[in-house]
Amino acid sequence: MLSIPILGVSLADFGWIVLGLMAMFGALSGIVLSLTWLERKVLGRLQRRLGPTRTGPMGLLQPIADSIKLILKEDIVPSSSEKAVFWAAPLIVVISAFMIWVTIPGTHAAVVKNLDLGLFYIIAFAVVGILGLVLAGWGSANKYGTLGGLRAAAQLISYEIPIIMVVVSVAMLAESLDIREVVNGQSSYPYLAVQPLGLVIFFIAGLAEVGRTPFDIYFAESEIVGGPFIEYSGAHWSVFFLAEYINTFAIAALVALLFIGGWAGPWLSGNWGIVWFLIKAYGVVLVIFWIRGTLPRLRIDQLMAFAWKVMVPLSFLTVVITAIYQFYDWPAWTLTIMSLVGLVAVAIIIFRKMVGPANQVAEVWARQQALRAQTAATEQRTTTGQ
Amino acid sequence: MAEERAQQSSSPVAGAEPVEMLLNMGPQHPSTHGVFRMVLWVDGEKIVDLEPHIGYLHRGSEKLCEGEQYNQVITLFDRMDYIANFNNEMAYCMAVEKLMGLEVPERAEYARVILCELNRIASHLLFVATMGLDAGAMTPSMFCFRGRERIQSLFEAVSGARMMHNYFRIGGLKEDLPENFNQLLTDLLPLIHEDVEESDKLLTFNEIFLARLKDVGVMSAEDAIDFGFTGPCLRASGVNYDLRKAMPYSVYDRFDFDVPLGLDGDSWDRHYVRVQEMYESLKIIQQALEQMPEGNVASSLGRRLVRPPKGEVFMRAENPRGDFGVYLVSDGTDKPYRVKIRPPSFCNLSAIKHLLKGIWLADSVVVLGSLDIVLGEVDR
Repeated sequence: MLSIPILGVSLADFGWIVLGLMAMFGALSGIVLSLTWLERKVLGRLQRRLGPTRTGPMGLLQPIADSIKLILKEDIVPSSSEKAVFWAAPLIVVISAFMIWVTIPGTHAAVVKNLDLGLFYIIAFAVVGILGLVLAGWGSANKYGTLGGLRAAAQLISYEIPIIMVVVSVAMLAESLDIREVVNGQSSYPYLAVQPLGLVIFFIAGLAEVGRTPFDIYFAESEIVGGPFIEYSGAHWSVFFLAEYINTFAIAALVALLFIGGWAGPWLSGNWGIVWFLIKAYGVVLVIFWIRGTLPRLRIDQLMAFAWKVMVPLSFLTVVITAIYQFYDWPAWTLTIMSLVGLVAVAIIIFRKMVGPANQVAEVWARQQALRAQTAATEQRTTTGQ
Repeated sequence: MAEERAQQSSSPVAGAEPVEMLLNMGPQHPSTHGVFRMVLWVDGEKIVDLEPHIGYLHRGSEKLCEGEQYNQVITLFDRMDYIANFNNEMAYCMAVEKLMGLEVPERAEYARVILCELNRIASHLLFVATMGLDAGAMTPSMFCFRGRERIQSLFEAVSGARMMHNYFRIGGLKEDLPENFNQLLTDLLPLIHEDVEESDKLLTFNEIFLARLKDVGVMSAEDAIDFGFTGPCLRASGVNYDLRKAMPYSVYDRFDFDVPLGLDGDSWDRHYVRVQEMYESLKIIQQALEQMPEGNVASSLGRRLVRPPKGEVFMRAENPRGDFGVYLVSDGTDKPYRVKIRPPSFCNLSAIKHLLKGIWLADSVVVLGSLDIVLGEVDR
């Protein structure tokens, strides 16, 4: 067999990998198209609109119309920009987004190249994408872009830590970094049941990682007008857009794989398991869209405080409780209870301290009521006085 | 200016470049509510200093008024505060009527009040929509715009135009309300209430929204009075001053309504006061609809040219944004000699430097949004 010495794979294997990559590229492009359509429709329904209706049945051709529009648009490169960086930034972002998917399995067999250190590889490539955003912000020679790039660096690196720690705790449960093994480890119960805290942290940090609402701070339209993407147009911009949706789906897929049992599910087995995988991943995506339609955006200092004061300690907690559970070989429900205690702590902390002047709600209501009673009393006094 | 600023600023490292960055915000920026421009000096994400620039929408409205006959001036007032057209028309018509000592038919007064209050709701709905967008929430804006759309459809049925109505006349109205107006309005009120309530429930007490707005851009009552704040911005600071109560004009003294007050004078209070005002306006409309008599709405002047006697007059009205003052000088001809407008947005905007210094860059758009300026009125 002919082999390429550097990669250590035979030519046939190499051919299969290339084919697999092309299939992955096609599948991901289809998923991105479906996601853009789905987001418009779901947001539309949440906002009592119809969403796209004019392009094809139920507006199904809208993503194609969008992509044609984007590709036909003039691609403007600002004269003061750093040309090489400006061109390279979208590539870095989109390549790292695609590279993550090399090792994310749809079913046991549907994976381009399964790696024993799959989770490690995914985390590593997720960080590379940040570099692209920072370069995009800096290279476009725009102050809003620079601000956005710096925000992106701060935000994404902070939220990388909770993600890593939660992934570590999941890997401890499965005793492997191989995603296939993680899914196989959930054959009796999904890790959602024993590690709900981990799921919540992973999901929230994942939202921050892909910059979805309420963490869309680094491209906040109302303040820094698109942040790193401000100077990009046409095809360049659409590449960022593509990467954003691939990353969103990657987070949804990882939630499905690490916590909800991946392709495992009743009735369907073998390669048909991909149906379960897609149902679960799209379900998580719908939650992400739902959040986008509901919540305002946090401020950068609130976001960072939330990361370092809440998410990071709690993600360490997930590792610690998983270690205790593993070490003493307690029954699974003990881990569930410990995790739920942590989750309640999150809820209380969010409510009280970080995001929450929630007690202010009660306070404001009480003060308003008092004020109203006071004015009513004064009015009564004046009328009786007359 | 920039060089001056660079020299003044102290750098943490001696001899090093100043750490501040000059950031131009506007006139093309999605959150400056039109063509307002701010030049910000930011230190990282904190605003160190700023320089507001206005005038990008200056159309010389005051001067244009001098070249038009009294009834033609109304069209120019439509375009001052283009979110609250009826309220502007009202203020101007009342000024001329005061100068001429003209009585307005009862039915016309009620129609004016109903339309003005509807316009106040439409304006505040736009405020809530943009406030949500500035804070990053997009859904409330859709609910608000649906309510605005419904109100504007009614305006279209009444005046034929959705925004630039040109419907009030000196001494009355252009024509009577449509025959089915009562029915239209009765059907509309619960729908608007629903829109207001929906966006209110989704946004006002949302934790993230509170975290973004509470204690941001605080204006004490004394400062608010000193800066000439009026309207909801003033009432958010806890000052109970509403022209509709303080010096009732038109038929406002016949209605029972509350004046919502804020407690701390921060951005959230400015939002809260406006939301509550919408409910109060609905109350006023309901009462006005019940009390509205049948009869004539046309001016007693008939179709004669309006020629007020020589003299001058100042008239104020409570617009959605505050006191809208019209100062008018007549030289006895059919055109005003001088028209001067006291725009509430302009006075409210004057505090922008006071409010934004030292806060986060992300909060600047929120605070600016909470002042609810309309550049058409600021620049005139």
